[in-house]
Amino acid sequence: MPYAGFLLLAIVVGGSALGVILVRNPIHAALLLTVNLAGVAALYLMLQAQFLALVQVIVYAGAIAVLFVFAIMVLIPGKEETGPDPLRGYRWLAVPLAGLLLLETLLVLRSSVLQSASVTAAPNPSGEPLYRLLLTDFLFPFEVTSVLLLTALVGVMALTKRKVS
Amino acid sequence: MVPESYYVALSAGLFVIGVLGVLIRRDPLVIFMSIELMLNAANLALVAFGHRHGSVDGQALALFVMAVAAAEVAVGLAIIVAIFQLRRRLSVDELSVMRG
Repeated sequence: MPYAGFLLLAIVVGGSALGVILVRNPIHAALLLTVNLAGVAALYLMLQAQFLALVQVIVYAGAIAVLFVFAIMVLIPGKEETGPDPLRGYRWLAVPLAGLLLLETLLVLRSSVLQSASVTAAPNPSGEPLYRLLLTDFLFPFEVTSVLLLTALVGVMALTKRKVS
Repeated sequence: MVPESYYVALSAGLFVIGVLGVLIRRDPLVIFMSIELMLNAANLALVAFGHRHGSVDGQALALFVMAVAAAEVAVGLAIIVAIFQLRRRLSVDELSVMRG
């Protein structure tokens, strides 16, 4: 039964990811991206990462998807990729290269890390929940993240403001 | 219980799809979405490895990746909008200068 669920989610996630890069209309790509992110959130649930699944839905499928849709509304796209493509030959080169990359990645995974004996005997041996970890061991990165978000906020406002004349 | 290697293999596939999107598309918006796909694939691998080792460190790391990705998308989309306001066209092949 878990295998069936995983297979279904893998098909949804992989198919929507392919859709994101293949559909021509960016708004469809944004919607497919939301499907993809929600599917990954469901995979997090299967991996017993409930908090992360919630954050994924709120931050990614909520905020980032809305941001993309807003940007698409502002930009009125759909006309960018219709013209002749001077680099068409080079772009086809990307497909075998990506296949090669996939092969390499899977070979590396096959050869090393996942062949060792299973260590999942004791789930969460330290017993520390995520929120406690964030405010103890990861406190410094946590604070740096807040500074980063503030910087991004100020940077976005500086980038998009119109000159008042 | 689905073995973690399946999740990691799926994550590798998602990452490669993201790389492919960055390579073959000309629309900077879609390129950004492909970058999001890659970040998500990395997150999935982190969570899967963390699950395998029975620790939540991977989840903490994935959480920081999400925060950084949110900041990155905000700044990146602002840059794209600023470029669009400047030249009314949007194709990464034509963006070869940094100055306005």
